[in-house]
Amino acid sequence: MNKFILENLSLTYSDNVQALKEINLEIPAYSITVLFGPAGGGKSSLLRTLNRLNDLADVKQITGRADLLDHEGNILNLLDKSTDVIALRRRLSMVFARPIVLPLSIQQNLTYGLEVSGVRNRERLDQSVQHSLQQAALWDEVKDRLNDPAAALSGGQQQRLCLARCLALEPEVIMLDEPTSGLDPISTNKVEASLQKLKESYTIILVPHSIQQAARMADLAAFFLQGELIEVAPGNDLFINPGQVKTRDYVEGRFG
Amino acid sequence: MNATNKSLKLRSSKRNNIQRLGFAGLGLLTFLTVLPILYIVVKIIVEGISAISMDFLLGFPTDGMRAGGIMPAILGTVLLTFGVTIAAVPLGIAASVYLAEYAPDNRWTRLIRLAIINLAGIPSVVYGLFGLGIFVLFFQFGTSILAASLTLGIMTLPVVISTAEEALRSVPRSFRVVSVSLSATQWQTIRRIVLPQSLPGILTGVILGLERAAGETAPILFTGVAFYLPTLPSSPLDPTMALPYHLFVITTQVPGMPSEIQYGTALVLLVLVLGLNLLATVIRSRARRRRQW
Repeated sequence: MNKFILENLSLTYSDNVQALKEINLEIPAYSITVLFGPAGGGKSSLLRTLNRLNDLADVKQITGRADLLDHEGNILNLLDKSTDVIALRRRLSMVFARPIVLPLSIQQNLTYGLEVSGVRNRERLDQSVQHSLQQAALWDEVKDRLNDPAAALSGGQQQRLCLARCLALEPEVIMLDEPTSGLDPISTNKVEASLQKLKESYTIILVPHSIQQAARMADLAAFFLQGELIEVAPGNDLFINPGQVKTRDYVEGRFG
Repeated sequence: MNATNKSLKLRSSKRNNIQRLGFAGLGLLTFLTVLPILYIVVKIIVEGISAISMDFLLGFPTDGMRAGGIMPAILGTVLLTFGVTIAAVPLGIAASVYLAEYAPDNRWTRLIRLAIINLAGIPSVVYGLFGLGIFVLFFQFGTSILAASLTLGIMTLPVVISTAEEALRSVPRSFRVVSVSLSATQWQTIRRIVLPQSLPGILTGVILGLERAAGETAPILFTGVAFYLPTLPSSPLDPTMALPYHLFVITTQVPGMPSEIQYGTALVLLVLVLGLNLLATVIRSRARRRRQW
């Protein structure tokens, strides 16, 4: 079952940089889709197009189609000006490369998304805090100090807090843009293990911070180079037997 | 080997001496810059402290202002400062939020910013004349607390707007992106994250603006202040006495004025203004300690 269907999706920023060139991609539900490739390939631009964070950037032109599907097969046109972006961002939640905690307590960071959406019920908020922290493997470390400033946590804890904060929104899709780039190996392992569990209930799109991570995590792998989608294949195939010369050169470390 | 070591050591001790000389010179110059301020403050305290008493702070002036208290002037300055707060602060913060968060970067907003910067540089007596023309005469508020507060408010607005805008912009952009990605609207982001985080900076700017307004004479000279009033103002449309102008009056317009009352009045004004300044400093340093970014 597909979650996203992208057709001929192109994006140009106002400095005339074409970040995405005619992207055709189907992203399946309940699996980890890895978008990888060298910097400037268009991976982040694609994520920010899907959840419309690009509305905050200087975008000159977007063409093509990007559709989001739900269980009943309803189709939401993501590029439509009239799409409710606030509701959309609850469905597509995002973790950024650097752990950016809001200048609030741990608890408030987690309830922020629900509270701005109008959830006031204390019980529901508390439940969501515990559940999302457990999903992100952080509950045991912070359960006794939920009212401490989130900034007091270590970098690895902050990034798992950011993941938990996304989960607290009860989204359908989690998008992660190099979520482990600033983390030590142990924290990286914890995040990766959480994601492997989470894919049972969420659609996950991951921009990995290394080819090794891409190979470890990918159910479906998509190789991006300078705004073009070079190759899409199941992770097992793509990293063992790349179909394109450019993909092979990159995977084997000949450029990057 | 030994000889080179020795000459190296010699050279380094010479360089150290030059450094010491340099630091000493800079320290002396720094001290010179605060010397006049120290002198003024000490002089005012020494000469004025004997005038301070309950009667002085709470009484009316008597004997053609040569004796008695300065309560009407103190009250007037407090009322004017309050008036400025109402006139300038909400408007100034609203304008700064618009400029920092919503305004597109185009010719119009650049013009508005240019105007704000230039307004801050206009001599205060020009504001006084402007207030006389607009509020006293055109709107027919007369010489009144209302007209004087509005005049001072317009003078204070640029300070409030530019410091508040600065404070809003100093909140990291990444907080805004994250907040929006968590499905907050732009307004929710501003209200829940940006404003609370920049509030200490905004307050500091507001207080510094109020402090300047409290000490000004020229803008209220034609718009709301009186030489001497036997009664307290009973409505915003009444004129008032005010400390800076009262000080001007008793130092230049009243012959045979005892100098301790002059210095006493200056001391009260100084304490008021420095008190506000101290408040701003406390808010700023407390916020710095609590800040998480």
